[in-house]
Amino acid sequence: MSIAVEHLTKLFGQQKAIDSISFRAEPGKVMGFLGPNGAGKSTTMRILTSFIPQTSGRATVCGFDVAREALEVRRVVGYLPEHNPLYPELYVKESLGFVANIHGLQNKRQRISDVIGLTGLGDEQHKKIGQLSKGYRQRVGLAQAIIHDPKVLILDEPTSGLDPNQLSGIRKLIRDLGASRTVVFSTHIMQEAEAVCDHIVIINKGNIVADDALSSLRGVHPGRTLEEIFISLTGSNAIAH
Amino acid sequence: MLTILRKEIAAFFSSLVAYIIVGIFLAATGLFLWVFPDSAVLDYGYAGLDSLFDIAPYLFMFLIPAVTMRSIAEEKKEGTFELLATRPLTDWQIILGKYFGSLAIVLMAMAPTLIYYFTVYELGATRGNVDTGAVIGSYTGLFLLGGIFVAIGILASAVTSNQVVAFTIAVFLSFFLFSGFDSLSRLVSLQQADTLIAAIGIMEHYQSVSRGVLDTRDLVYFASFTLFFLVITKTVLGGRKW
Ligand SMILES: Nc1ncnc2c1ncn2[C@@H]1O[C@H](COP(=O)(O)OP(=O)(O)O)[C@@H](O)[C@H]1O
Ligand SMILES: [Mg+2]
Repeated sequence: MSIAVEHLTKLFGQQKAIDSISFRAEPGKVMGFLGPNGAGKSTTMRILTSFIPQTSGRATVCGFDVAREALEVRRVVGYLPEHNPLYPELYVKESLGFVANIHGLQNKRQRISDVIGLTGLGDEQHKKIGQLSKGYRQRVGLAQAIIHDPKVLILDEPTSGLDPNQLSGIRKLIRDLGASRTVVFSTHIMQEAEAVCDHIVIINKGNIVADDALSSLRGVHPGRTLEEIFISLTGSNAIAH
Repeated sequence: MLTILRKEIAAFFSSLVAYIIVGIFLAATGLFLWVFPDSAVLDYGYAGLDSLFDIAPYLFMFLIPAVTMRSIAEEKKEGTFELLATRPLTDWQIILGKYFGSLAIVLMAMAPTLIYYFTVYELGATRGNVDTGAVIGSYTGLFLLGGIFVAIGILASAVTSNQVVAFTIAVFLSFFLFSGFDSLSRLVSLQQADTLIAAIGIMEHYQSVSRGVLDTRDLVYFASFTLFFLVITKTVLGGRKW
């Protein structure tokens, strides 16, 4: 099991951002982490990458405890934060080199050219990040996330703000990466989740409301699209099940 | 840590502002040393760099916050701090990388003032008539002072995501620590405790080191204050509250 989350809770002041959630993610599968804005997706991902500490509960990534073995967790995880923060003043290759150095990669130049190829950055590799379009910046973010060949990928809304052509490219990349890794990614777009994910976890107001293989989720709600299922589970008139 | 340090230096010198800041520092020290009548070497009669070391702390109070203000504040504002903090780096590695990166920038800005030393050395009535020991002491004092000011600047940059706020906090804190206690000690009502109060301030220790006497108590003072500010920085960042 690559990711195991057990009764994880995070309080911001009095507010429960996530409330005793549990789920698992397995290698070779893409897990879609869905939920409306403010549901607690980013908070969960930040705990899983040892960025912020949880209030209670436990989470492990590749067997490493996110609270006690933060450095080990960060070595095996590739993470694309929400809004894809980058250094605009760096050239694409500089930025990749910076991240490669932090990881202490031996075959740095080889890895840089590998991920440039994988993410389709070839034509833009000599530009400054600040000069790139949003779609290409997203690819730089992804390239940085996979440069150390992580076993687990955590992608927070990797496709937000992309146009349809860019979308299909990134989706295909996520699928390919998921073939040999554990991928957890969050999105608002249900068609995307249907196209990319094997496993769906839906979170609403800090609680898990669905956790199933995409195929069995469809079996439980026959004849409905994922979008309809999502709305029925997270809409204001949602019936707890 | 070295990766962060190098990046810090490169990021600073990639902006035009960097050259303006360093330029202003050098221009100001040059003016005080050579041109302004009260302090200029040529009018002063004897060759020395005293006026450089008298004015440098006050220039450092502005130069160093200008160097450190973006260090962490910018990363918090742009969200890139999350990028660093989710890599296999400890918070200490990030903080120390930024600290020593900024300190290296300050040293680079200071290096050209060595030219003044060599000029005075050549200019003296008899060549070489300059107290080299005192100059070394003064540079040591300035370096230690820079060490504290950079730590203050990094802390100020960690408590906010606004560069201007970081700059302002750092200037005030640096000024207060440098000369605030000295002024306090002169208040009439505090006369009894004056030496004690003055000893908390940096100025007293800076002047003592600058005289060329390296007292371990002064070194301990500088080291512990620097560490103190870095530890607070670590605590502030560890909270991840922004
Ligand atoms: N740093 C923070 N301080 C206070 N509240 C926060 C913080 N980060 C997130 N929250 C709150 O936690 C809840 C979950 O947020 P988030 O995990 O970002 O949701 P999502 O990513 O699903 O949109 C929201 O109500 C949000 O306002
Ligand atoms: Mg989010």
